[in-house]
Amino acid sequence: MKKADRVRWWTYLLLAVATLACVFPLYWMFVVATTDTAVATRMPPEIIPGENFFHLAGLVFSTVPFVRSIINSVIVAGSIGVGHAVLCSLAGFAFAKLRFRGRNALFLVVVLTMTVPTQLAVIPQYMIISSLGWVDTLQALIVPGLASAFGIFWMRQHLSTTISDEILQAARIDGATTWQIFWRIAFPLVRPAAFVLGLLGFVTAWNDFLWPFIVLKSPEMYTAQIAIKALQNNYVVDLGLAMSGSFLATLPLLVLFVFVGRRMVAGIMDGAFKG
Amino acid sequence: MTTTVSPPQARPESESETQVRQNWSERLAPYAYIAPFFLIFAIFGLVPLLFTFYVALFDWNPIGEHVFVGFDNFNRLLGDTRFWNAAWNTISIWLLSTVPQLLVALVLAHLLNHARLRLALFWRMSMLVPYITSVAATTIVFAQMFDRDYGLLNWLLGLVGVEPINFLQSGWGSHAMIAVMVAWRWFGYTTLLYLASLQAVPRTIYEAAAVDGAGAWKQFRHISIPSLRPVIVFTIVTSTIGGLQIFTEPLLVTTTSPLTCGSARQCQTLTLFLYEQGFGQFQFGYGSAIGVALFVLIIAIASLNYVLSTRIRPERG
Repeated sequence: MKKADRVRWWTYLLLAVATLACVFPLYWMFVVATTDTAVATRMPPEIIPGENFFHLAGLVFSTVPFVRSIINSVIVAGSIGVGHAVLCSLAGFAFAKLRFRGRNALFLVVVLTMTVPTQLAVIPQYMIISSLGWVDTLQALIVPGLASAFGIFWMRQHLSTTISDEILQAARIDGATTWQIFWRIAFPLVRPAAFVLGLLGFVTAWNDFLWPFIVLKSPEMYTAQIAIKALQNNYVVDLGLAMSGSFLATLPLLVLFVFVGRRMVAGIMDGAFKG
Repeated sequence: MTTTVSPPQARPESESETQVRQNWSERLAPYAYIAPFFLIFAIFGLVPLLFTFYVALFDWNPIGEHVFVGFDNFNRLLGDTRFWNAAWNTISIWLLSTVPQLLVALVLAHLLNHARLRLALFWRMSMLVPYITSVAATTIVFAQMFDRDYGLLNWLLGLVGVEPINFLQSGWGSHAMIAVMVAWRWFGYTTLLYLASLQAVPRTIYEAAAVDGAGAWKQFRHISIPSLRPVIVFTIVTSTIGGLQIFTEPLLVTTTSPLTCGSARQCQTLTLFLYEQGFGQFQFGYGSAIGVALFVLIIAIASLNYVLSTRIRPERG
């Protein structure tokens, strides 16, 4: 029994290989982003970062309005993150703690919508955005992403396990309205879960490509991802330039991840699939 | 859009009036709370999906005429070799990315599920790094690593005497390359989902199995896999829906002919074909017909997977 309980050496070996596989492409991105094209195309490849980072980063900023793109991404991803945290908590609260006609049927509908592939409907989606006059605007990216079935499912799970009915009943007897119960009692209690959900929404929105690629037309409206594509298009395929843009567009998320990665891991593992 | 709900204001009104107003707002509150999602899903999800079926029946130019053509677009589609090529590419890339991804995640989750594992948080966080990296960045890095002349991979292969492989230009090579990008992005996330399910299995079961002499493989096969059944079904269904709609990787992997993913359309997926026809050539009707075909394909494969994967049963003995 002692023997089976020990962690074998090859467990660490395999985990180290997997970790290397996860981190190396980012490291490599940085290496190419710091070397000029002549070095990047030399064989054998350089695997130590060069000294060209600031030169290439400068080129990124002068080739496309990159600061603007980062700001656009922050606006879009930030709004979606906050919208997700609040709207999904609200709907999750209704499904978990309120009694109303059609509750179970409506919740089933929410769950079923998760299996509907909507990306293939981009042509009518574009037509709708176009008829709203939203082409080439940021709200075309924000509004459709404000709430999701996954988020509602997730928050409902957390709300139904975290909040006891006794607390709610006590609040009702004290004359609290439903909104006050949500905002003063329920939401503060599930704020950690809502925070992680908001983060997931933020990351997804930050990295979204197809929809912004279709909707955004002018370089000043580009998100960071579309700016990368524009860098890649730019005349001679300058690899260092595209890599530098990719690295700069990833950097904000990496920094964020250092601070909240632990909570993201816990949140994902705490999510919908316990048992 | 902002939330449609505002807190009921307490105003100095007569008692009964306040009561009535509160009753109404209280009764409608639950519906108001769930309304934003249903509105958003209806406008940007359901209606466009249904409208796809409608537009597919037209010769629809976004700035010109819409002419009803019945099933012409579908007839044309079935005779279009570019469509069958894209359908095959889509299925091939999806299989090459999903199967290894889920298997690797299973093994890693099993390894991570050890009470005495050191650095547990470090391993878990590293697995999530690909997930926070954007598809665009991922694609550009991997395209470089797979490059024929200057790629890291071909350099490594060269060290052991293998001739450089032109991944991008070959059918299977470009599929494998894109599959690696997709699998890389998702295997860590999937691992964490599996790990969470594994941790819900009481440790005493593993201990009892070890006492009975079951080794690592037997524990994995007979305890871990059966207890993961629901989450495996979930990941298979979601990776089917996502994996069959791959778009960004094939678009960004080449710089010369992005809309077809190479001059021979060797890695053009159905979503990319849809984009090419719809937004590259402004054939909204034909593009929508591709969307309908993709819808049918996704529903067919997802239900097949669901049926197959619900057959994972606890084994006896």
